[in-house]
Amino acid sequence: MQTILQPWPWYVTGPLIGLMVPLLLVFGNKMFGISSSLKHICAACIPTKNPFFKYDWKKESWNLVFALGIVIGGHIGWMHLTNHETQVEYRGNAIDKSVFVNPIYNDMSKETSLMFYDWGITQHKEVSPEQVFNFENLLNPVGWFFMLIGGFFVGFGTRYANGCTSGHSIMGISQLSPASIIATVGFFIGGLISSWFMVPYLFEVL
Amino acid sequence: MKLVKFLILGIAFGIILTKSEALSWYRIHEMFHFQSFHMYGLLGSAIATGMISVFLIKKFKVKTVTGEVIEIKPKEFKWKASIIGGIIFGLGWGLTGACPGPIYALIGTGSFAFVVVLFAAVIGTYVYGAIKKKLPH
Repeated sequence: MQTILQPWPWYVTGPLIGLMVPLLLVFGNKMFGISSSLKHICAACIPTKNPFFKYDWKKESWNLVFALGIVIGGHIGWMHLTNHETQVEYRGNAIDKSVFVNPIYNDMSKETSLMFYDWGITQHKEVSPEQVFNFENLLNPVGWFFMLIGGFFVGFGTRYANGCTSGHSIMGISQLSPASIIATVGFFIGGLISSWFMVPYLFEVL
Repeated sequence: MKLVKFLILGIAFGIILTKSEALSWYRIHEMFHFQSFHMYGLLGSAIATGMISVFLIKKFKVKTVTGEVIEIKPKEFKWKASIIGGIIFGLGWGLTGACPGPIYALIGTGSFAFVVVLFAAVIGTYVYGAIKKKLPH
């Protein structure tokens, strides 16, 4: 049980993620992908005359059910399959910046932990830094950039590129699709710009 | 009832995303700063598994459990859309530390602020649909 409660190694979880591809094909004849669910939410919830959203979204409802399953799976994984004792043992302080303890991620290198410290992130109890991702921040630019603009880019970019990490990087590259290889290169270019320049700059000025 | 299997697969995927740490904002930035092999190993082994699976399904003409022919539709090749859209998504991936799958899983972990991120992503999708014709593809 203790092993299960610890983070699972990538060589176990990576192949398990990859197995989603054949499981969805064999059990449902569906191609692995998640960002389409955002389009179906638009089609289902926002009234519009735009033909892009005028289709029978109910025929694609498997994707929304799959997304709902991910929410439930996230809940089970975090609430029931994660050892949270590390939360109380958080030992980080301003003098010894090297110690970073997080319930699902506690083997961070000193280098990485220093980077986050320099960015001003000091609390690590949640999966994402709770100082950045909280409702109060909706009243200030930190929330606007990291939640609203960030989320907007995710929705706009995935639909523009016609897929996300699952649809392009995993499903698409698995079928050797040139569009997916180019999109994945794009994901990394954007991510590198974001992580090296935008995010540090925002933490510095906000 | 046909949809139950997708719920079960979704739950499995949500658990794996959590336990693999793929939904961690910290892991995403560590990856973009090349400070650990973790995310590369994760994505690489996922792609390898997917690739072998697709190859075997095609080679042995595997049918679905109900006996249908499995359709693997090719992705439309629009290089401008792939690269520009990809970069825009990448910028958002860095900011939120989450791609669409992890956004759903994060809401499940109780990080309810990600409902806001999901809402913004839906708006982003909607705006793309609205200005699609004016964009290079």
